[in-house]
Amino acid sequence: MPKIALSHMEAAALFAFFASIVLGVVSKRTDRDRLRYGLYCFGYFIVALFGLGWLMYFGHR
Amino acid sequence: MIESKKNMAEQAKTQKEPAAPLNTWLPAVAIAWLVPGGGHFYLGKRGRGLLLLFSVLSMFVLGLTSRGAFFQPQTGDLLTTLIYCGGFLGDVLSGFPYFLAVWMGYAQPDMPGMMHDYGTKFLVSAGLLNVLAMVDAFEIAVGRKD
Repeated sequence: MPKIALSHMEAAALFAFFASIVLGVVSKRTDRDRLRYGLYCFGYFIVALFGLGWLMYFGHR
Repeated sequence: MIESKKNMAEQAKTQKEPAAPLNTWLPAVAIAWLVPGGGHFYLGKRGRGLLLLFSVLSMFVLGLTSRGAFFQPQTGDLLTTLIYCGGFLGDVLSGFPYFLAVWMGYAQPDMPGMMHDYGTKFLVSAGLLNVLAMVDAFEIAVGRKD
């Protein structure tokens, strides 16, 4: 099996993508709500990713 | 006052609801464990089953290609027991992808490195996402959800 090398950003974004799909699928009752919730989760994952990234950047200065 | 009593009566009613018989949910949950999304396929929810299969399997494959390590159960102090036994449980909960990888001889040792570390977490996360799929399959099987 090939070995892959991702950056922190790519690895975290992929994690957010797959986790958001599952959270969207299992959480709501209609397809529309599932899609919205999945996008909502993904958005928050990315916001948290950038937020923590900046926090670590300033923490290490 | 009357409204709150009504609510209490309704709550008591729901609390007394008998547990669903084992044969209504056990096959769906067992299949959901062994094959990610399989419980949904079994219950006729193909679209959702496909999305779960795609997500859990992708997360698992990402873990393997990042050369993540499978946890082996270890006991010792509380933190060691929690991390290693919990991690092992998380790995096993992925179902057939885990057993297939072990059967095919995947035995990446735990080593330092960013990608190895991500991989180990991806492998456990795949199992934990599969738990969510299993719970959803259970709720559909007992009629709490469509």
